[in-house]
Amino acid sequence: MAKTYDAGVKDYRENYWTPDYTPKDTDILACFKITPQAGLPREEVAAAVAAESSTGTWTTVWTDLLTDLDHYKGRAYRIEDVPGDDTCYYAFIAYPIDLFEEGSVVNVMTSLVGNVFGFKALRALRLEDVRFPIAYVMTCNGPPQGIQVERDILNKYGRPLLGCTIKPKLGLSAKNYGRACYEGLRGGLDFTKDDENVNSQPFMRWRARFDFVMEAIHKAEAETGERKGHYLNVTAPTSDEMMKRAEYAKEIGAPIIMHDYITGGWSANTQLAQWCQDNGLLLHIHRAMHAVLDRNPHHGIHFRVLTKLLRLSGGDHLHSGTVVGKLEGDREATLGWIDTMRDSYIKEDRSRGLFFDQDWGAMPGVLPVASGGIHVWHMPALVNIFGDDSVLQFGGGTLGHPWGNAAGAAANRVAVEACVQARNEGRELEKEGKDILTAAAKHSPELGAAMETWKEIKFEFDTVDKLDVAHK
Amino acid sequence: MSEVHDYASSLSDTSSRKFETFSYLPPMTPEQIRKQIEYLVSKGWNPAVEHTEPENATSNFWYMWKLPLFGETDVDVILAEVEACHKAPPENHLRLIGYDNYAQSQGANMVLYRGKTV
Repeated sequence: MAKTYDAGVKDYRENYWTPDYTPKDTDILACFKITPQAGLPREEVAAAVAAESSTGTWTTVWTDLLTDLDHYKGRAYRIEDVPGDDTCYYAFIAYPIDLFEEGSVVNVMTSLVGNVFGFKALRALRLEDVRFPIAYVMTCNGPPQGIQVERDILNKYGRPLLGCTIKPKLGLSAKNYGRACYEGLRGGLDFTKDDENVNSQPFMRWRARFDFVMEAIHKAEAETGERKGHYLNVTAPTSDEMMKRAEYAKEIGAPIIMHDYITGGWSANTQLAQWCQDNGLLLHIHRAMHAVLDRNPHHGIHFRVLTKLLRLSGGDHLHSGTVVGKLEGDREATLGWIDTMRDSYIKEDRSRGLFFDQDWGAMPGVLPVASGGIHVWHMPALVNIFGDDSVLQFGGGTLGHPWGNAAGAAANRVAVEACVQARNEGRELEKEGKDILTAAAKHSPELGAAMETWKEIKFEFDTVDKLDVAHK
Repeated sequence: MSEVHDYASSLSDTSSRKFETFSYLPPMTPEQIRKQIEYLVSKGWNPAVEHTEPENATSNFWYMWKLPLFGETDVDVILAEVEACHKAPPENHLRLIGYDNYAQSQGANMVLYRGKTV
């Protein structure tokens, strides 16, 4: 029988709290951490979040009856305690796939983390995880090349790749900048990198940078016989301008370009990733601004969600945190999201912060990039944590070498190869790291000098965004 | 450590040429090579031997020695193929690959003999 129109405000839970619902394989599932205003029933708040992030608004409207809301509505289907924190709880919400435009992380974000985050009934709200059904994954373009193609293009196998962000991050002229790149590449790096805020400032316009850096790549390749790249940052004020820079990078033969996916925006990122796929370029992704969204344990978007969104939008590299360096990153949680970048199927695992199984099907993987405050002494731990499918990026840890970038690069290259060799021989890297590096330094004065320089530098602060575990 | 050292590497000095993974370390001893092959085998990868004239080293496609040794797990058999390839001809670069057919990539790739670099 047809429903009748009954104007007025109804409890959200009448329509949007469905504890008996079994999520469909095609639903997009979300886990929110809800910190409610005092005195509100959990089911009502969870239902409100489901409603406000899908079909609902605050009052009944007659046009609801022109469609089948039961087909389109989001449903809160489960509520769980947060281990160790009574101020909040998890709400699980299922969204029918029909709610979203195909291949559009822009559209998914606008619903899931749109108006609902300003909703008055909430003190805070955090999107902890999202399960993208394979049916939705297949509508997205994904990484332009993927890990396997990148290795083939660059001829690099059986070890992590090595990079270096050029410093000072701002203020160098294009030619001096190109010099710094050349020195790093000839010393044994696979990549050098524009910093995230290097775009096209008055001291170094993009075009001059691209030209000098390309010469650095060509000369270092001829000198070492190895393939090299530099992440040319094409992030720009408009996407037309971004594409102009990307086209020029292609014209001069650059193998890889770069984008800041959060400040640059999802729409621009997806456009650039598709272009890279069509034009055979690799795409490095920086995550500037992520900590604004993901660091507060009660409000925002967890980085594991930003990771999934990037894999869908497209990128071949993504900064992941280092666990051991100067920037925030819990070890088990980091392992959870680096697997989310690389693997084709990731199982739910609460001990690593993963709330759902995630099936990526045939979508290529993204290389996690460990960057920020790391140096040769961290190498054994980094190789152990990240494995071969990663980019280890030493900025200060290359350029700060007492003999310069080439020596700093060689030190890191010797260290990474020594660690890989030792690991393959069955040795335990994190236990025997010092012996492994010390032995390697006997044949590499560059490594010896690096070990002498950075012996004492450590970053031992506790992580702010920890996994939710009982501690009472 | 106060004295700055020069990083000796140049276009004209052919010893500056490198060969990707493990080429920044001293040449491996026979015992070290054996351990790398044991690792490759333990991962379930398929060993393969390739060689090239040094002047064509930048090509993606080196000459395949016979076919990849599909399913071969005996380190001595693999080493014997490496030696057989090295003899014909000995002036070529030679690399050992571990094909990872699940990743559709190479899990290992190391140059074991270097000819005269150009």
